[in-house]
Order: sequence, then C-alpha cells, then structure tokens
Amino acid sequence: MRIWVPRDSAAKALGADDVAKAVATEAASRGLDVEVKRNGTRGMIWLEPLVEVEQDGTRMGFGPVSPADVPAILDGTSDKALGAVDDLDWMRRQDRLTFARVGVIDPLDLSDYEAHGGLAGLRRAIAMSGEEIVTEVTESGLRGRGGAGFPTGIKWTTVLNAQADRKYIVCNADEGDSGTFADRMIMEGDPFCLIEGMAIAGLGVGATKGYVYLRSEYPDAIAVMEEAVRVGRAAGLLGGDVLGSGKAFDMEIRVGAGAYVCGEETSLLNSMEGKRGVVRAKPPLPALEGFMGKPTVVNNVLSLATVPVILEKGAAHYAGFGLGRSKGTMPIQIAGNVKRGGLFETGFGMPLGELVNDVAGGTASGRPVKAVQVGGPLGAYLHPDQFDTPFGYEEFDQAGGLIGHAGVVVFDDSADMLKMARFAMEFCAVESCGKCTPCRIGAVRGVETIDRIAEGDAEAIPLLTDLCKTMKDGSLCALGGFTPFPVMSAVERFPDDFARHREAAE
Amino acid sequence: MSAPMPAPTEEEVRAIVSGQLHLEGPLLPILHDLQHTFGHVPRMALQVIADALNITRAEVHGVMSFYHDFREVPAGHHVVKICRAEACQAMGAEALAARTLEKLGTAWHGTTVNGAVTVEPVYCLGLCACAPAAMVDDRVVGRVDDAKMDRLLREAGA
Repeated sequence: MRIWVPRDSAAKALGADDVAKAVATEAASRGLDVEVKRNGTRGMIWLEPLVEVEQDGTRMGFGPVSPADVPAILDGTSDKALGAVDDLDWMRRQDRLTFARVGVIDPLDLSDYEAHGGLAGLRRAIAMSGEEIVTEVTESGLRGRGGAGFPTGIKWTTVLNAQADRKYIVCNADEGDSGTFADRMIMEGDPFCLIEGMAIAGLGVGATKGYVYLRSEYPDAIAVMEEAVRVGRAAGLLGGDVLGSGKAFDMEIRVGAGAYVCGEETSLLNSMEGKRGVVRAKPPLPALEGFMGKPTVVNNVLSLATVPVILEKGAAHYAGFGLGRSKGTMPIQIAGNVKRGGLFETGFGMPLGELVNDVAGGTASGRPVKAVQVGGPLGAYLHPDQFDTPFGYEEFDQAGGLIGHAGVVVFDDSADMLKMARFAMEFCAVESCGKCTPCRIGAVRGVETIDRIAEGDAEAIPLLTDLCKTMKDGSLCALGGFTPFPVMSAVERFPDDFARHREAAE
Repeated sequence: MSAPMPAPTEEEVRAIVSGQLHLEGPLLPILHDLQHTFGHVPRMALQVIADALNITRAEVHGVMSFYHDFREVPAGHHVVKICRAEACQAMGAEALAARTLEKLGTAWHGTTVNGAVTVEPVYCLGLCACAPAAMVDDRVVGRVDDAKMDRLLREAGA
C-alpha cells in the first residue's frame, strides 16, 4: 500500500511532517507494508494535511488529518474520509495545465515526472529550431504571469534576435505578493516542470545559462529546487548535452535577501549582479541588456512552468482556454478570510464573485464579505458590487483593478479599509528602493496624510488623491506606481471608513 | 542554533569569500554564506569582500544595508518571523503580532532579554490560505493563534 503525505510548506505548516511520521510508525507497529510518499499539495489548503491512500491505482483522500487520525485511516473507519481525490468538486471544476502534476507526483522523482507527461515538451523542442519554439509560445497567447501580462513570445523574440556572445534565462521567483503562493507550490511540488520550461526557453532564444532568483522567505522551495537541479544535472536534463541534443543548458538557484522590490525585473537583475536592488530606468530593455548587460529573458515562475505543456500539447490547445486576449488558464490563489482557500487553476473568464462565494465558499468567519484585494499589495480593493467582473487582464483593468499574479485575498466586514490603505503606503515606504522621489518620499507622506484623515481632517482626502496621482504618473516602477491602486480603491469604494473616523474625532 | 556562534577569524572569512568568487555576481551569495556561518555579517568582513571583488568598502556596506536579511550583529538563538501582509491581516495577524510583542516585551526587530528570541516582521511566507502565518528559524507554521504562538515561544525558550 502507498500512502501520500504532502511535503508542501503549507501542509508542513499545518503538521504534515508529524502526520507522515505517525503513518510510518503506525504502519510499522501493525506490520503493514506501507510506502510513505511525499507529494506536493493538491491545492486544497483547508484540507491539509491531506493524506491519500492509494489502492488499485485510486487515491482516496482524508483530511484535514492529525496524527491521532492515523489509526482510524489504516482501519478504514476514519471520519475524515473524503472519497477519491480526483472526484472532489474542487478538483473536477479545474482545468489543470500548469499544475497538472502538482500534488500528484513525488516532486524529486524524475521518472515519476516523465511518467506523467514530463519532458515531452522539451523532447519536442529539441527537434525544433529556436524560431519554431518561440513561434509556438507566441501563438499560445501566453502572457507574463508575474503581473504585467506582457506577451511571453514577443519578449522571447526580442532576445532571440539580439546578437550577443551570451544570453540568459532568469526566472523571477521573488513571489512577494501577499495572497500568492502558486510559484512556491510549483517549485515545491513539481520543480522539474520549471527546469524543463527554462531549458526550452534556453533552446528557443539561444541561452545556455539560467538562474532562478528565489526569495529567502521560502526555505523549503529553495531546498527542493536545489535538489531538483542536482538530480536534473545527474540525469543529463541539464548540462553540456541536454537529453542528448548536443545543446547546452545549465542553471543555478540564487537566493534573495528580503527585499520586496527585487520582484521588479530590473531590480532583480541588479540584485543578482551583487548590487543594491534599485530599479533601472528602461530602456534599455532587459531583453537586450539584462543580466551582466547581456540579452536576458526575465519570466515569472508560472510563465516558464507553463511552457512545457504548451510545447507538449501545442499552442492551439493552450489558446483554446480563456477569454478574449487572456488566453489559457490562470492558477488563481484564494486566500485570507475564506472557508476554502487554496489554488484553483481555470481558464480565464470566471466571475470574481463565483470564485469568492462559490469556489471559496465565502468567509471563514461566516461574516459578510466586505472587500477583495486581487493582485497582491499593489492590487485594488474590489467591492462586492464588482463581483460580476470576469477574471481577465482587460476586464480587471476596466474595473479599475489588476489581476497581477492572481492572488485573491478576501476580507470580512470587520476590515477597516482606512487601515488597509495606510498599510499599503507603509509597506511602500518600507520596501521602496529609494531611486525615484514619488515612491521614496510619496509613500511616507501618504502614511502621514492618511493619519490626518483618521484624525478627522477631511481636507486631507483631496491631498491624498493628488499625491496618489503623482506617485502613479511619476514613479519608475510598479511599487510606487501601483500603491495608489489599493489606496484610492479603498477611498473611493469604501468612503464610510474614511468618513467615520472624521465623525469619531468630532 | 542553540550553541553561540563562534567568533569569526579573518582567515575563515577569506575562505568563505574565495569559495564564491567563481559565481557571476557573487556578492549576495557571499553575504548569505557569511551570515549562515556566523549568524551575522561581521564588520571586518566588509574590507575582505571589498578587496576580493575590487569594489569599495562603502559599496559593500551599501549592498548589505539595502537588504532586510543581513545583520550587523547576531540575532537571538531563534528568530520568530510573523507575517504582517494583507492575507494574514484578514485573519487577525495584526492583533496576534501586537499580543506577541507585548508578551516578549520587545518591539519589532528586538530580542528578548534572555537572548532566546528575536522577533521580525515578514511580508508574506506564501502561506496565505492558512493564515495567520509565522516562521521559527526555517520552520513554517500556519493558522497561528495565541495558544500555538505561546507553544512556539516556549519551545524557543522565550
């Protein structure tokens, strides 16, 4: 019998390591022949630790499991039984392309990876020219999953056509946005998928070296990725002769140092070069002068980890999902005050309200939803009035928001939106790289101005509006430029929270 | 990290620095390695790094001080990081943090009087679907309530 217990850090944070130990101990004491396997998470975080008992090829789920539940699970009498995991509503409603293997396989078992469709995309890419690979990605309609939504194929074309003695693939794994954990989940649950995507990118644009810039707040992901690179190198997936193609591609994991702004691509490149992580003015584009001044593809984890399935199943298959110009699927991360939080990958187009009320089941506290922040700390707060907005780049833009890295954070009616607006400014002040004035000074003035509003000074509201306009128009990057999104959306959509303080002060 | 970190010698620092010089952009890996070994980046290491990379000591200081991770002095025996980001706030992280700081009798970045625990804010651990989240050294903890936090602090010797 095979029993799966996740090693994903969300599962570990809820006690999965103790459960795995309990399973091994209990099985041994009963003299059972049980193989305990550690997988990634299926993404149903409210059920973690989710234990799966594999019998006759079907994986039966139990969750959330504590060590005390283990004897009953082995007896077959557990009240935590969920049925076959693949048949659970949460799983059946998804279209898992990027996350097809996450939670299913042993993350560090390359043969398991291959048995589930891994390396098929890379094998196909090896038989293609660089131009053909880049065309395939362009035709899939894949857009940068880090937040900006820039077409990945166009970026690759620029790097492909650049003339240089060296080119680089840099994976942005500095996933600092609150409410997002898809990068972490894929790196911990299916690291070879990211490695394969980077290798395909390397073959496509003619780069032989890749880097993953991974934030230090993710020690588990760092350990898994480093081990996966070692395994990949030993198996000939990385190195001087990728899968016997005669082409070289190797990669390294670089660890960040706790600076949120390093998720901005030019700041990330400076950091990798050993400099302060300040933002560079563009142009030159990193695609032409990136790492070490050489042409560089900088892509988010999800963008690169989606490339293998595009090459495996073809551009048309991927582009067949989605809505309008938002093609393909999006791994949406549902978090904060929700009954069912986790990762839900689906084609673009699902209305926000369906995600919040139906998929996530409303708030964990049982109180009404007050606000939903989509796209991390630089994303707008949306009001339940806007719940019919379909999940897509253009659709969210029209609603005055952004989808960013597709983190959805739900707040119940106990949230104070003035406090959340203040926090957005405070966060910007802490994390500003200091290069441009609107961000460096503006964020500090923003905190002070919101404090004036809290003390009942209504005249400070137009001042805050003006400040936000200056930050939006004048900042070099999205940190200063987008902090006005959460701030102004809170002011405009939740005016009572900004007026109530005035009355309280009077 | 229960034993006190050894006092670094210049020779040890030099060995760590030279071990990373083959990398493209070695400065962050060097600083990480020094901090991992000594629990902080010793002041005297700055000149050693500057000489090895042919940059000024001021530049090394500029890089080191830019990043939240690097310490000029060692932390307590254990570092407790509490997430302050939005998803955790939606589940009561702010109140949890306030109570924890009060219990420890310190402010953010402070260390308890007995040297056992340093408490730091962190902006997202990627545990947003099991908020509020915390991390003790490299061990992650989700759905932290007062009882769980008390247990973590007790285990850490606070």
